[in-house]
Amino acid sequence: MRGNAAEHELVAPGSLPAVLDLLANSPGQWTPIAGGTELMVAFAAGRLTASRLVSLWGIDELRFTDARPDKLIIGAGTTFGDLRANSIVAADFPLLDKAASWIGSIANQTRATLGGNLVNGSPAADSSPALLVYDAEIELISVRGKRCMPYSEFHTGYKQNAMTADELLYSVHLRRRFANHRQYIRKVGTRRAMAISKVALGATALINDGVIEEIRIAAASLSTYPARLVKTEAALLGHSPCPNLIDIARKGLLAEAQPIDDIRSNAQYRKSVGANLLEEFLRSQHSESAVQ
Amino acid sequence: MSTLAKNRIVGTSVPRKEGVDKLRGTARYVDDIQREGMWHGATVRSAVPRGLIRSIGFDGKIDWSEFTVVTAADIPGENHIQMIVTDQPCLADGQVNHCEEAILLIAHPDKHKVREAANAVHVEYELMPPVFTVEESEKQQTVIWGADNCFKNFQLDKGDVDSAWSHAAHIVEGEYRTGAQEHLYIENNGVIAEYSAEIGVTVWGSLQCPFYVHKSLLAVFNLPPEKVHVVQTETGGAFGGKEDYPSVIASHAALLAMKCGHPVKMVYDRIEDLAATTKRHPSRVRHRTALDANGKLLAMEIDIATDGGAYSTLSSTVLSRATLHSPGPYVCPNVRIRSHAWATNTVPYGAFRGFGAPQTVFAVERHMDEIAAVIGIDPVELRRRNFIHQGETTATEQLMREPVILNKLLDRALAESNYYAMRAQFAKDNASRAIKRGMGIAAFYHGSGFTGSGERYLNSLAGIDVTADRKVRVLVSSTEFGQGTNTVLTQVAAESLGLDYDDVVMAPPDTGIVPNSGPTVASRTAMVIGRLIERASQQLLFTLHEQAGLPEQFSRQQFFSACEQLRKTAGEVVSLCRYEAPPGIFWDDQKYRGEAYPAFAWSVHVAQVAVDTITYSAEVEEFWSTQEAGRIIHPVLATGQIEGGIAQGIGYALYEKVVLQNGRMANNQMTNYIMPTAEDVPPIHVFWEELPFEHGGFGAKGIGELPHDGPAPAILNAIRDAIGVSFNSIPLLPEDLFAKLSVERKVEEPATV
Amino acid sequence: MSAATKIQLNVNGANLTVNAPPMKRLLDVLREDLHLTGTKEGCGEGECGSCSIRMNGDLVNSCLVPVLQAANTKIETVEGLACDGVLHPLQQAFLQCGGAQCGICTPGMLMAAKHLLVHNPHPTITEIREGLAGNLCRCTGFMRIFESVLSAATSTTQETHAR
Repeated sequence: MRGNAAEHELVAPGSLPAVLDLLANSPGQWTPIAGGTELMVAFAAGRLTASRLVSLWGIDELRFTDARPDKLIIGAGTTFGDLRANSIVAADFPLLDKAASWIGSIANQTRATLGGNLVNGSPAADSSPALLVYDAEIELISVRGKRCMPYSEFHTGYKQNAMTADELLYSVHLRRRFANHRQYIRKVGTRRAMAISKVALGATALINDGVIEEIRIAAASLSTYPARLVKTEAALLGHSPCPNLIDIARKGLLAEAQPIDDIRSNAQYRKSVGANLLEEFLRSQHSESAVQ
Repeated sequence: MSTLAKNRIVGTSVPRKEGVDKLRGTARYVDDIQREGMWHGATVRSAVPRGLIRSIGFDGKIDWSEFTVVTAADIPGENHIQMIVTDQPCLADGQVNHCEEAILLIAHPDKHKVREAANAVHVEYELMPPVFTVEESEKQQTVIWGADNCFKNFQLDKGDVDSAWSHAAHIVEGEYRTGAQEHLYIENNGVIAEYSAEIGVTVWGSLQCPFYVHKSLLAVFNLPPEKVHVVQTETGGAFGGKEDYPSVIASHAALLAMKCGHPVKMVYDRIEDLAATTKRHPSRVRHRTALDANGKLLAMEIDIATDGGAYSTLSSTVLSRATLHSPGPYVCPNVRIRSHAWATNTVPYGAFRGFGAPQTVFAVERHMDEIAAVIGIDPVELRRRNFIHQGETTATEQLMREPVILNKLLDRALAESNYYAMRAQFAKDNASRAIKRGMGIAAFYHGSGFTGSGERYLNSLAGIDVTADRKVRVLVSSTEFGQGTNTVLTQVAAESLGLDYDDVVMAPPDTGIVPNSGPTVASRTAMVIGRLIERASQQLLFTLHEQAGLPEQFSRQQFFSACEQLRKTAGEVVSLCRYEAPPGIFWDDQKYRGEAYPAFAWSVHVAQVAVDTITYSAEVEEFWSTQEAGRIIHPVLATGQIEGGIAQGIGYALYEKVVLQNGRMANNQMTNYIMPTAEDVPPIHVFWEELPFEHGGFGAKGIGELPHDGPAPAILNAIRDAIGVSFNSIPLLPEDLFAKLSVERKVEEPATV
Repeated sequence: MSAATKIQLNVNGANLTVNAPPMKRLLDVLREDLHLTGTKEGCGEGECGSCSIRMNGDLVNSCLVPVLQAANTKIETVEGLACDGVLHPLQQAFLQCGGAQCGICTPGMLMAAKHLLVHNPHPTITEIREGLAGNLCRCTGFMRIFESVLSAATSTTQETHAR
């Protein structure tokens, strides 16, 4: 244990407006901490540079799910345990449900939040591929009000995002329009549980009359920040999933992916397995069951 | 002579002796303990793998007057850690030979400030060229240790290997490698030390061998034995990782305690423990084997190289066991083994469950499957044709006096796993599936107890006493760290004395209270110490019969009354026994010939493995283990040892990798050093055969290390069965499978799922 | 920089007040301020689960919870499992089935097992595996632990688990 609690200030204003005021009054001074599954690890390792932290834990205005006929809105303070217990997530967004089960352990799922996962912005983030292929929108909030953007525009670089210094991630919007889409998500980790992704792939596709009308593909750890494989998507759009297309898809991914070598794995492996996962998805379109 | 007949306590699964405390959370591990006025210690460690220390700077932002700083200059006795040889300094003095080597120590009442201070010490080095691999070390171009980088070497010869090559029908060669492995006990290393002029040094800590630490402290402090006390605290896992390392941390904490005048606690966090403490020796083993047309072994030539790290610690004994286990459970008329332990500028490697055997058993059991493939024989059949039997001699010309039931163990393992039927089914299914399955086996022995004359050298003393409040105490320095020492030894005493299990307790593992029954290692406790407790109990009963009127048939009441009677006349009620070697044990340390071990445990492992050709992940789906290890004193504990050892062996094979960068462990966090979780371990099926060993406690042989020898070769053999590609190196990670398969293009394109 | 703050906690049924810096880990508050050393530190990273406790009925790794976030919550640790000296059915099962060897993972394992049985009184082995996936045991290979949990599940009612 290398962290010294006395060297960090932690406040819990207890309400969303109070937190936003704090962020507005001292922009860039306060680091939000939700479930702590990332920041407390850094703290214990003596790597927590943030000296002032503001707790988002227990703020009900952030921990909610709002199910509307056309969309599901998930508060950023929603934990992965909450997501797994939510019947609408299970029914309408099974890839997110699956991704939530990948987070650490039950104990980590209890505390890790959707917002925390996105703001931490690891290229290996478990929830990102699912949100990307569901075309999620995110809502940011500050004292100046709310603004929305496609989630695909949220990450701007390695662990960098589009939020201003006084903003908080408020919610994630998911349109409930994927009932007829083929859906796939798979994570390749170091072991079956408690594993950081080496590579993961998510995909949603709308196939009508044998033609791919929509396709979204997103991966973990194939780029410096979570992103869709737009070039690969473009190469597949409008075609039929057939053996020839699989070859195009593989080549597309191999060209578009830019993974790195790190302590967990290497770039060559990640690319190849990423291509294999994409192939697995495309082959499965021959079978009846849509979700892996 | 013990038989299987007695089963009142021995042979039953009584509750773990210290179980209730552990389950209630009241068991006291070292970090649960505070001493009054306690300070905290921290270690400043080398940032470079090899170099001269040019300067040590203390940053002015710290008020150093609050702190106690210890360097090599403060050591009153010898600046070395007493192990087999004394090459390892207690604190680096002028030169460092591995990353994380301890340079100086700091103590302060505040554990945060002491860490801050440790970070404020700036060491400047003059770098020297490091050696990081066995290959570099054995070239001896850069000499980093002794005259030739070699900690130890052995030469073992039986028959005439060179005569066999020319008339061999087959000659098969192979090279096999194993990586380092971290113990990953869930409790990190830790001690509390106190010093006073009157009492001397006292250390409480998480450790396996109180008298090893005791001996080491004597040297560091130049104190007489009665002025050093070592007490084991409840220990949260060890696996050999607390056999030699505690001597290092204990010396450090004690030096700080001496200099600052307060008790000092040093408990590592996971980051430090992973980076700075011992691990399993990496190895490279080369086989060259001659066989006749029927697959009978004619000659085995084996070359073993282990990486010992920067200091020798236990490299010589690990190499010894590696050497003696390298030919496998086979009979072969001609054997030549050459083994070397080499120095590298990495954190010294040390003891770890199996102690050299997992390395060389991996090699020989993989090699047997390679041989089988080359000469076209079923790997099962190849083994059967070569198994050693009672009455045959081993590579050291030890006559196998005990019965060897390998065929029976193999039969059972094959039957329980449905081996042939499953393999046939997989062979059919694999072509059309992305997940390919296979079965693999390993057959092996593990020598129980210390090698050769080791037990004689240890000259263990152990026994029992009886307190005035009617408790029998087992007096041993053998420690509990989960494997069941407390339970097994109290069972043995209770059974031998005709008392109840609850009548017997363990005396505190305190060098001031218990005799030196040797270290808790080498799977020796139930066999050797159990036997001593049996004898001591019989000895006490004899004395009570003779001198205190205890009748032949007696009740518990009568026993304790007789003890009180004896106490009146003798002043105390104690019975100690010294180790007696079984008859006919001769061992030649020079020629490496003779009775290497007094007894052997035997085992067969079968692994069913699934290889996912989409992700290149191999997973063990199911595992079977048959074994014979003498009389089983506690069935649940014994089975628990097998299951735990197999889980570690699975980790060793498929998950656990120590990533070194510039000689330093780069993945020194639990998130990056991967052991199998509850979702990864397969169902493990354990089956026992019992053949009591005459000279072991109630017929016991050693169990603890046996199960770690088999999983890795069984698993890699299964992978070969599944995908037809040989892998000869562990840990075998998906990236390694991918690297080879993408080159060989052996794997079919993933078919329709 | 950060002064100690008064924080109220209910721990194993007792209302307590601690004076601690808000960022101090709940694990350290339990062990150092409250002298409840049953909960252990194995990694400090939320990987090993030996610091597992229940907080307002949720299973959490106490090494990752700043004590400020535990304010006014109901905390259950291993010390609260036994009742009037009588072992909890899980503890009894672990004792009988050999679920504890060195014991250091045991407190966290018991809390995770309790949590599982509260929500799922009759789990399958697969569900047990998932429920305990965040608790590393280096000694047992998990087999005896699975058996212990199954044994406890068959021998008790849900009411007992929620105790």
